[in-house]
Amino acid sequence: MNLITHTWHWAVSGFLIGLIMLALTYFGKTFGMSSNLRSLCAMTGIGKRFSFFDWDWKSQRWNLAVVVGAMLGGYVAVHFLSDPTNVSLNFKTIHQLTAMGIEPPNPKTGKILPNAIFGNQAFQSPKLIFILISGGVLIGFGSRYAGGCTSGHAISGLSNLQIPSLKAVIGFFVGGLLMAHFLLPLIF
Amino acid sequence: MNLLKYLLVGFVFGIVLTKSEAISWYRIYEMFQFQSFHMYGIIMTAIATGLIGIQIIKRKNIKDLDGNPIYIADKEDGNVRYWLGGLLFGLGWALVGACPGPIFILLGAGFMSAALLLFGALLGTFLYGVLKDKLPH
Repeated sequence: MNLITHTWHWAVSGFLIGLIMLALTYFGKTFGMSSNLRSLCAMTGIGKRFSFFDWDWKSQRWNLAVVVGAMLGGYVAVHFLSDPTNVSLNFKTIHQLTAMGIEPPNPKTGKILPNAIFGNQAFQSPKLIFILISGGVLIGFGSRYAGGCTSGHAISGLSNLQIPSLKAVIGFFVGGLLMAHFLLPLIF
Repeated sequence: MNLLKYLLVGFVFGIVLTKSEAISWYRIYEMFQFQSFHMYGIIMTAIATGLIGIQIIKRKNIKDLDGNPIYIADKEDGNVRYWLGGLLFGLGWALVGACPGPIFILLGAGFMSAALLLFGALLGTFLYGVLKDKLPH
């Protein structure tokens, strides 16, 4: 059982993610999570005013089923397949987080998200509400502008040797490094 | 259309991303600090697995589940959209430690503050749709 409840090895996890992408390819579909955001927008009927959302989201119901499945999977994994050893970080990372005022995961309880950013007090803090919504806006806007996210470009695109995906993934990392090294210390 | 198999694929995806801790803000932070190989290992193994699988599909002309030839569309040519869109995405990814898949998974797992991420992501998608024709691609 430890094998399941401990952190899964990167090789096992990466292999399974590759298989998920291949399974969807075998079903005649494309692995890409951010398209669902466009479907959710299109469902509201705003396609009448903005042509980008005037598309047949019903043909994307399969992908919304993947989303519902993923949400259920997340629920089951967090509530039934986890243990306190989860998310054990590099000690250097732990020091840096503490210095920024973000609590590292407690090795006795395990933790996926820091309370300092995601705790329920987030709904009462204008700063945290602003951070979480802006992060979401960057992700939603950026993935649609670039035509895909980690799943669509990094996994699907790169494994099909797509140069545009390589450009996007380099962009992801340049943006991520800028945020993690220069902006996060200013924000927290 | 039988949606059950997609639900099942998604279920496995949700479990794998949770158990590999790819949905953890901490893991994304650690990755961008180059303080762990974990996330790089996941991404590179997934690409390697996909690369081999796609090559097998192409060389053996494997048909999809419905018996149709598998056709994988090439991504459109472009520069600004990939560099700039990618950069903006990366800023968001490292700020809130989540990409679109994990936003849904976190919400399903009961982290209510991920609702703010989803709201932002929908807003960002909407803004792109509104501004699309004015942006360089």
